[in-house]
Amino acid sequence: MRARPTRRSVVQMLGAGPVAPFFAPAVLGQAAPRVVVIGGGFAGATCARELKRQFGNAAVTLIEPNATFTACPFSNAVIAGLRDIDAQRFGYDGVKRAGIAIAPQAATGVDPQARRVTLADKSALNYDRLVVAPGIDLRFDALPGYDNPAAEIMPHAWKAGEQTALLRRQLEAMEDGGTVIISAPANPFRCPPGPYERASLIAHYLRTKKPRSKLLILDAKDAFSKQRLFQNAWKVFYPNLEWVSLSAGGKVTSIDAKSKTFATEFGDHKADVGNVIPPQRAGRIAEAAGIADRSGWCPIDPVTFESKLQQNIHVIGDAAIAGAMPKSAFAANSQAKACAAAVATLLRGEKPAEPKLINTCYSVVAPDYAISIAGVYHPSNGLLADVEGAGGTSPVDAPPSFRALEASYADAWFKTITAEIFG
Amino acid sequence: MICPGREFSARRNVKHTISAAPLLFICFSAAQAQSPVPAGAAACSGCHAPAPLSSPVPPLAGRNPDEIVAAMQDFRSGKREATIMTRIAKGFSDEETRAIAVWLSAQP
Repeated sequence: MRARPTRRSVVQMLGAGPVAPFFAPAVLGQAAPRVVVIGGGFAGATCARELKRQFGNAAVTLIEPNATFTACPFSNAVIAGLRDIDAQRFGYDGVKRAGIAIAPQAATGVDPQARRVTLADKSALNYDRLVVAPGIDLRFDALPGYDNPAAEIMPHAWKAGEQTALLRRQLEAMEDGGTVIISAPANPFRCPPGPYERASLIAHYLRTKKPRSKLLILDAKDAFSKQRLFQNAWKVFYPNLEWVSLSAGGKVTSIDAKSKTFATEFGDHKADVGNVIPPQRAGRIAEAAGIADRSGWCPIDPVTFESKLQQNIHVIGDAAIAGAMPKSAFAANSQAKACAAAVATLLRGEKPAEPKLINTCYSVVAPDYAISIAGVYHPSNGLLADVEGAGGTSPVDAPPSFRALEASYADAWFKTITAEIFG
Repeated sequence: MICPGREFSARRNVKHTISAAPLLFICFSAAQAQSPVPAGAAACSGCHAPAPLSSPVPPLAGRNPDEIVAAMQDFRSGKREATIMTRIAKGFSDEETRAIAVWLSAQP
């Protein structure tokens, strides 16, 4: 071994053999192939488990510094006071029971030539194939005035956890008659319908608890996911919710956290509670590994999810440029399974088959009222493209019973997918 | 050597391992032919839990493949109403659906 893992479990899992020779199937006449996965969210944890399921002999190590994962889907309900944040939290005992070694620290570097990941304590893990699923990083350099300290005053709450709880506390403390402002970034970003679901559920909270208050969305776009469905619902439920599009002056150009002010080209907006959803990029390790392009995201092969910039490294979830697939938890789970199948096939020295992927994405607009968008995807011209004729949003003219059914399916989806990944 | 990629995949999905095994060996020189997960099949479990829990979404694992194929055809044609499966079913051909259904029926 050229590297010295720190944890006994890691040593046990990875103790066998030198790095496999180039291009040889790792499984033939060799020790167990080593797959390292960076990131224990919807993408990474799914991929680690699916790999173990499809290739039981593989030594799979998941690098994840947090002992508890806090899920983003349904965290908008926490912000609105409709759900306890504990319902968002998941540990890694189920992942461990599935035979996956956890390296409980941050990955700090990747050497694609040596096929080695460096960890925060300077130890290293060698791999035959690496799967990178780091999620997003918030670009604190992209919006003047909005940095880490500013996020303590005007939370982003775009990574679930303390920020979610902070935004909730601020809404609770706000006087009736206050103004809540949410700023939404340009595409691409994590969870395209997320800002509008958040606006809906905060508006629900205001309507029921602080009815003289107002909510404003300042948007860097002229169109957004499930737009007609959201806007139709807002007309009925939330007359105090106003959406300001890019062309109406919605693009935020700077933030003044002290005064909770959003500056746009058309003027300033002062908030009582300000939620800044800033521009994003792939999680930091992507840049260190040399798998992010100038956009900050990671180009991939649509069949294997292998990086277009580095061999033997696969990228899944929000960090990947996945063509028509949105950056959603369902998409991450779906990609993770397809990637695991491709990695297992490549480790056997076989040629991966073309995958087909699915996304389903629910947004809760009010209690017992949800809408959805779905898609089916396949590799086409080097990207993941929509299968034509499939997918789309919930019908615009559906009755309340349809919306209630989708709300129950949304709830069931969260329970099922988190049980599959963490249970 | 000619290795019929797409046609081969489709055939493997439909007839699965018996007819496909020799081809697989020739094409990929694999040490052993594993039963592959058909395209799209793994995504179903994102919503469809393996056991009949208290979920309103029906389980698919272990189910008669003919039932799944018939349901998907009815979702595609509009004969059967659904909130979301009508949209997803349209993304899969009869052959793909059959392969997925057979695979699901063998899942625990």
